[in-house]
Amino acid sequence: MSNELTPTDNSVPPQHAPRATDINPVSEKRAEQQIAILFALSGIGSVLLIYSYIFVAKDVFIFIPVMGNQNAQQLGIGIGMAMSLFFIGIAAIHWAKTLMPDKEVINHRHEFRSSDEDRDELVKTVKEGVAGVQLGRRKLIKRSLGAAIGLFALPPVLLLRDLGPLPKKQLETTNWKAGTRLLTDPGNRPIFASDLEVGAVVQVLPAVEHEDERPLSDIAKDPVLLIRLRPEDFQLTPEKFAMTHEGIIAFSKICSHMGCAVALYEQQTKHLLCPCHQSTFDVTRGAKVIFGPAARPLPQLDITVDGEGYLVARAPFNEPVGPSFWERNSQ
Amino acid sequence: MTSTEKRIGNAANFVDERLGAAGWVKKSLNKVFPDHWSFMLGEVCMYSFIILLLSGTFLTFWFDPSQRDVIYNGVYEPLKGLKMSAAYASTLDISFEVRGGLLMRQIHHWAANIFMAAIVAHLLRVFFTGAFRKPREFNWILGILLLTLGLVEGLFGYSLPDDLLSGTGLRITSAIIQAIPVVGTYISFFLFGGAFPGVGFIPRIFTLHILLIPGIFLAVITIHVMLVWYQKHTQFPGVGRTETNVVGHPILPVYMAKAGGFFFVVFGIIAFLSAVASINPIWLYGPYTPGQISAGSQPDWYMGWLDGLVRMAPPLETHAFGHTISWNILIPAVIVPGIVFTGMALYPFIESWITGDKREHHLLDRPRNVPNRTALGVMSITFVMVALINGGNDILATNFDLSINQIMWFSRVGIFVLPPLAFVITKRLCLSLQRADRELLLHGSETGRLLRLPHGEFVEVHAPISPEKAFILQSHEQPVALAIEEVDARGVRRPGAIKNKIQRRLSKAHAVSVPKVTEEEMKEIEHH
Repeated sequence: MSNELTPTDNSVPPQHAPRATDINPVSEKRAEQQIAILFALSGIGSVLLIYSYIFVAKDVFIFIPVMGNQNAQQLGIGIGMAMSLFFIGIAAIHWAKTLMPDKEVINHRHEFRSSDEDRDELVKTVKEGVAGVQLGRRKLIKRSLGAAIGLFALPPVLLLRDLGPLPKKQLETTNWKAGTRLLTDPGNRPIFASDLEVGAVVQVLPAVEHEDERPLSDIAKDPVLLIRLRPEDFQLTPEKFAMTHEGIIAFSKICSHMGCAVALYEQQTKHLLCPCHQSTFDVTRGAKVIFGPAARPLPQLDITVDGEGYLVARAPFNEPVGPSFWERNSQ
Repeated sequence: MTSTEKRIGNAANFVDERLGAAGWVKKSLNKVFPDHWSFMLGEVCMYSFIILLLSGTFLTFWFDPSQRDVIYNGVYEPLKGLKMSAAYASTLDISFEVRGGLLMRQIHHWAANIFMAAIVAHLLRVFFTGAFRKPREFNWILGILLLTLGLVEGLFGYSLPDDLLSGTGLRITSAIIQAIPVVGTYISFFLFGGAFPGVGFIPRIFTLHILLIPGIFLAVITIHVMLVWYQKHTQFPGVGRTETNVVGHPILPVYMAKAGGFFFVVFGIIAFLSAVASINPIWLYGPYTPGQISAGSQPDWYMGWLDGLVRMAPPLETHAFGHTISWNILIPAVIVPGIVFTGMALYPFIESWITGDKREHHLLDRPRNVPNRTALGVMSITFVMVALINGGNDILATNFDLSINQIMWFSRVGIFVLPPLAFVITKRLCLSLQRADRELLLHGSETGRLLRLPHGEFVEVHAPISPEKAFILQSHEQPVALAIEEVDARGVRRPGAIKNKIQRRLSKAHAVSVPKVTEEEMKEIEHH
């Protein structure tokens, strides 16, 4: 039994076992044929692609088990392309593995570190070059150069200024004002309190001048959810309760965490859930955060009815809606 | 000389008289590449990048990167007459009206996913085998840069169609930017061209996605590959393989045929996936509007772990002096990823500081022989996996009838408990494997053949392992703890005592290993 240590030696030639194709002419012939067949399969793929592109109509669907109904043209082009590429690759690899020489060879590595002479000479060259610049002696040039480069750093930043407007108060304000009617979204119809049954949820937007042309930046902060509960279900402070109307409570639909639409309302638990990060708000307790990463309740809109009986906002939101930002005064 | 040879000779002469390239080309064609299946992972990255360039160029011929409102009037009935952005409408047109357009979209998206997956797999291979050690630290850092760029490029890419899902992703992106103290709000307004969703973001990220970032990619990938070329590939230990040689197949013809063929195989597989497996069917999501959302909103997988971290963050905000700092966003989306990526980039230097090893390494480690590093790798994977699981908590909850809250709590606890646990278990496993190697060397492999001896005893016959295998099992060197004295020869505490103490502790932990078989032990066994 021999288990002796094999010496670590640069001169040991890599082992090489002959392949069937190296010694048997029949295997060699067979490998050659296999490679040709693989190339032919690739050709069939290309023909399938061209055929599907030109002769198969766009709206033909075929049923394929497991996959269901598939668009024949898309599938034909795709499968054709896959075949034409895949089989070229497989053929080349098969060729390399069976017929091309497979003897491993040795290369030697060189040390990366430069020779000491080279290093010394480099240091000398650099030192001479730096000395030629004379920055050490010419203080005036050194300082003015520094100032010029420092100043030059400003223009590129400044040039980006016109990418967008300044934030101003845009994150703090919405289109909700005292007396703004609540319009259904979609539909833009004003609503009576009696339109909502207990348990109902409605998404509303503020009445504005051109309701069909709301910019998306308004839709990113204006949406409000109306939820009607029985008044006795609420556990609110008197101020918050005063902001509801006959059991109808209104919250900003924009999540106080990262601004997603808080769209999932669970009827039984009376919880609102944000699908993005699962912040969960308890409607009965003024959208208090009961789970998830949100740190603030959803802002509540003060609502009432106007002379005609339509639901309106009694006042704008008393805090910014949506995600936090540096300038937000949350006190 | 045949006429073909003559013509090629003339052309070569023409080039060489002008560039003097013969010497260099000759040397390059003799270049040797070691063979191992795991060396192919980096190739997959490069090939999927080329596929991304090709399919992406095709898509730009029809894609309209604009947030201008249009009324959709194409062939897809369910969305007819709806107001949407030109970006979304043109993506629908590419999917339904350009022949092969949907396939190209699918190829582009699949290739992006495979690109990122291959980067991660390649990174893990390089990490676990220690290929990042001197002299390859630069290439490791370039690799981390490529990974980071890939995340950004991917996010921009799937945001371009401006569908309901991708718009939700941008909403979150804008919230992360807004959360940056002092300048966040301004940066957000400038990038988006106003209050979210603004008018400028899609055209701007389009330019970044198709021009600037691919340009950087191309440059960095070129340097990355050139360094591999120049420094020569690492190799696994084996008979005849040393720190001063490289054993493998020459570029011409075998390596070139295999690598070239492999490009077509990768492309073919991606095309096949794209033909049969639908990915990102944007027509089902509808156009983006900030007031709506679809349940189960998920980013692509490589962003999933970040989303998972955001989901599990505690609800923390600081409100002071009229300002708000959102720790619930900053910690998971900015600070933790910052630490993770910086730590990854610096790891080669950290490890060499711990081991005190400043030598060049061209022979790869077997992961079990460096238990500490392997355990650290598995610990990091565990961390990302827990975050990724939480990133899909809603999907998991719906599909497996679980409670979202429980998955979230599992992740919140698990993110702290499971990674260290994984570290300990992996380290023990590595040491066990070392012990198994030792057994194998000393007693050979089990044959399963039982022998009854004349006096009735049963023994299992062990077969000796081949000398090549025996060599691999014992060729590695074992880490040795650094000898750092706390006090110098005169009994004075050396400066940097705390730093030394940390280094000594880590070095000691790093050097834990099962003793290798000594030559005496080998001899003794042979005499049996």
